[in-house]
Amino acid sequence: MADDTPLWTLAAYPVVLGAFVLATAAFDGGSPLPRLARLLVGQRRRTLLPDVLLMRIGAISLLTAAVLAGAVLPLGEVALLDLDVGVVWFNAMEVCAWGALWLTGWSANSVYPLVGGYRFVSQGLAYELPHMFALITVAVGAGSLRVADAVQAQQGLWFVVWMPVAFVVYLVSALAMAFWGPMSQPLGPDIAGGVTAELAGADRLVFQAGRYALLVVAAGAAVPLFLGGGAGPLLPAWGWVAVKTAAVLGVLLWARHRFPAIRMDRFMQVSWVVLIPLVLVQLLVVSIVVM
Amino acid sequence: MDVAFWVLAVVAAAAGVAVFVVDSMARATFALLASLLAVGGIFLLLDLHYLGVLIVLMMVMEMLVMAVFMIMYMMNPAGLMPMTMVHNHRGAIVIAGAVFVLLAAGALLTPWPHRRGAPPADPTHALGLSIMGPKMLVMMVIGVAILATMIATVVLATHRGRYDADRGHGS
Repeated sequence: MADDTPLWTLAAYPVVLGAFVLATAAFDGGSPLPRLARLLVGQRRRTLLPDVLLMRIGAISLLTAAVLAGAVLPLGEVALLDLDVGVVWFNAMEVCAWGALWLTGWSANSVYPLVGGYRFVSQGLAYELPHMFALITVAVGAGSLRVADAVQAQQGLWFVVWMPVAFVVYLVSALAMAFWGPMSQPLGPDIAGGVTAELAGADRLVFQAGRYALLVVAAGAAVPLFLGGGAGPLLPAWGWVAVKTAAVLGVLLWARHRFPAIRMDRFMQVSWVVLIPLVLVQLLVVSIVVM
Repeated sequence: MDVAFWVLAVVAAAAGVAVFVVDSMARATFALLASLLAVGGIFLLLDLHYLGVLIVLMMVMEMLVMAVFMIMYMMNPAGLMPMTMVHNHRGAIVIAGAVFVLLAAGALLTPWPHRRGAPPADPTHALGLSIMGPKMLVMMVIGVAILATMIATVVLATHRGRYDADRGHGS
């Protein structure tokens, strides 16, 4: 694996991720520190006959999955974990959010969280295939599954320029992956907050941190995959990564207030009938260009 | 490396046992998932990165879909009531024990061949070639055909969604 990863990435990664998560929390609902303190001292809520073990596993694995998925993304030149199959690793870790959400929703033994958990599974089935094809398009364009090679392949031209469809599909699936904005049906107000309805105190804190981290990582992955990684004038590579990540994150945050929530059965249809064929055509174009 | 292997091996076996010990469908499903994730970790230790990560990716999705269907078709729909995970207890013990003895005897008594050659520099590439090889074009065409079938099936199924019945038109 990565023997030559510099030690500073081990320290820098959590700091950068934490800073972005706090910034996201601030944009989402005002000053994050009082909210954090309130959740820390808050009581946990007990429902009748919950499966407490699975609920804890669910909330914690959401955050764990986000952190592990982000580990393959380069902070400037080097990533914490420079895997030769980094793109597949990223996809595998983010899929763990399926399990995390379903467990959290199911284990409370309460109706609305259960409905939210099932909503996320159906959302996952709808967004995952277009998402995978968008990632495969990048891998075909780079001729490699390593994230660093994808950055290398964009030295002449960013992938976003000649893979715009894949980029848009990626952004849509990034929203769905972090169940954010128009894709926040699993946490819908019509089901009293869905998965999070019975979460309180430290459980809710861990869950929210995981959700923000997932959103940050999903935005951050767009940078090496589509936006040329750390390439840019004047600023050092890590500076450009931070600026571009903030820009993509800004778009995702903006989308939250710009678009209404999408009903899952409608999105399922759009996903299969429109997104998958579009991204397949994109993949075909990229394959022909590469050949 | 050895420590990691043994830890993963013990986790895989223990989680496999847990599948039949726990009294809840959800716990059984996720115990099975834990066992399979440990197997994925062992693949990573063998430097088969692609297969290891793929096991994690596929098994998480697969177990989630399985959990949904299992609990959907059970008598207590939420699956939170305690229930036993074994049927035909005594018969199952006999069959499982016999199969274990057979497999263990096979593993110990087979004259395993000695290793020839060295592992390839890029196992992912070598794996792709050995699965597809000269039949790459056929595999790709079949893959697209399977996908087209899946999409067509979903398209035919979706416009009968329970909320869309009154709209009175197809997609």
